[in-house]
Amino acid sequence: MNVTYYPGCSLEGTARDYADSIHGVCAALDIRLQEVPDWNCCGATAAHCIDHAASIGLPARNLKQAAQLPNSDMLVPCPMCFNRLRTAVWEQKEKGAQTDAELPQIWDLANFFAAEGMIRKLSAQVRKPLKGLNVVCYYGCMASRPPHITGATDYENPQSLDRIVAALGGTSVAWPYKTDCCGASLMISRPDMGYKLVGKLYDMAKRVGAQAIVVSCQMCQANLDMYQDKIEAEMSRLFRLPIIYFTELIGLAFGLPGTKGWLSRHFTDPLPLLRKGGLLD
Amino acid sequence: MQQTGLSPDFGFLERAEAAGPFNAAECFQCRKCTNGCPATFAMDLYPDQVIRLAILGRKEEVLHSKTIWVCASCETCSTRCPNGVRIAELMDYFKELAVRLGIPSPEPAVTALHQTFLENVRYTGRVFEGALLPVFLLRSGQLGSKLEKGTWRDEVKLGWQMFRKGRLALVPKFIQGKGEISSILRPSK
Repeated sequence: MNVTYYPGCSLEGTARDYADSIHGVCAALDIRLQEVPDWNCCGATAAHCIDHAASIGLPARNLKQAAQLPNSDMLVPCPMCFNRLRTAVWEQKEKGAQTDAELPQIWDLANFFAAEGMIRKLSAQVRKPLKGLNVVCYYGCMASRPPHITGATDYENPQSLDRIVAALGGTSVAWPYKTDCCGASLMISRPDMGYKLVGKLYDMAKRVGAQAIVVSCQMCQANLDMYQDKIEAEMSRLFRLPIIYFTELIGLAFGLPGTKGWLSRHFTDPLPLLRKGGLLD
Repeated sequence: MQQTGLSPDFGFLERAEAAGPFNAAECFQCRKCTNGCPATFAMDLYPDQVIRLAILGRKEEVLHSKTIWVCASCETCSTRCPNGVRIAELMDYFKELAVRLGIPSPEPAVTALHQTFLENVRYTGRVFEGALLPVFLLRSGQLGSKLEKGTWRDEVKLGWQMFRKGRLALVPKFIQGKGEISSILRPSK
């Protein structure tokens, strides 16, 4: 199966572990990723905050570039990019512009993997079920909201990651902060705000007995993973919660050889937990 | 709340709606936006107050508020509004307007990060994270205070850890269509 792939900027930097795990898992599932030719940044938060025209124009150029590929599906691992691409389509449609005739369907990666046919494929390839692994699934904001852009119907209680974890043999524990905000770029410009928002998530994850937090967003991953020791110091508590991409979990359950390498790039080391659970050598 | 006396600008909402629509006039002050907002602890006006002031034409208070800048754009408010008011999108409109009018940001670091980010995109076509943070620290004036307080070591340590873990690209990727990108972005000041 050939699909169009829009990685987004951070998958070439901070989120290379995410990118590598996506490539590994897709290869195992015989999904061939064809990158949007000469793609550019989607503009992210900065563009929609202070340059509205660019917040539509930048993703619109990517859609134009994507139209060069013949595929009917476009996978977008970054929920922010996903949101901006869908916003560009929506706004152009609203304004009566000719657009989506040749556009592929734009998929949030987690939703793509959680579709029924794909869940069956995942279950079929599980070699090492994630038995005994209790996690909470954390979706953040942009894959769900606002629903008229994302098309989500379960935006207050999304299920995609929960279904994937279940298909892999793990347990996703119910918790109330599935879609609460991680602070996004405020982690850099107002770290005090970021720490507070993320600290609340750790606290609740621990309270419901989660051993790790599963994510599908590289922004959430970075905010929850990279500053954990600082937030621990600030709150005078130890959480030590690994923040794991769902694609890394798929790699684990499939027994893919690259998985350990992807997981080694995290700041909050997930290896001890996974070794203890017998999920990794 | 900054007190500027009563100087309503009655065209304020109308101009905003022309750029929207944001459906602000539909607000009946149920406060569902404010009650669900994760960032109210850092705000000087609650989201419902911003909408109300906008309706009343109290432009100065809206455009000088911290609230519009510390909104995390998480879209909980817009998603839950029973009347379809596009609150988060309106916050964006106010930020952009404040920048255009040259109003000094009450959250200079937040504003500087957005500006640095877009300049970065203009230069390469994609975000080059390796330059984003250092340029932001320079631009926002945080480098000086970090040097004074000695917290600059934290940034260096974080950068080094990212590099060691293979999470920091050292060379920017320039795209072919860079020219198109600069024509999409508003000219920088």
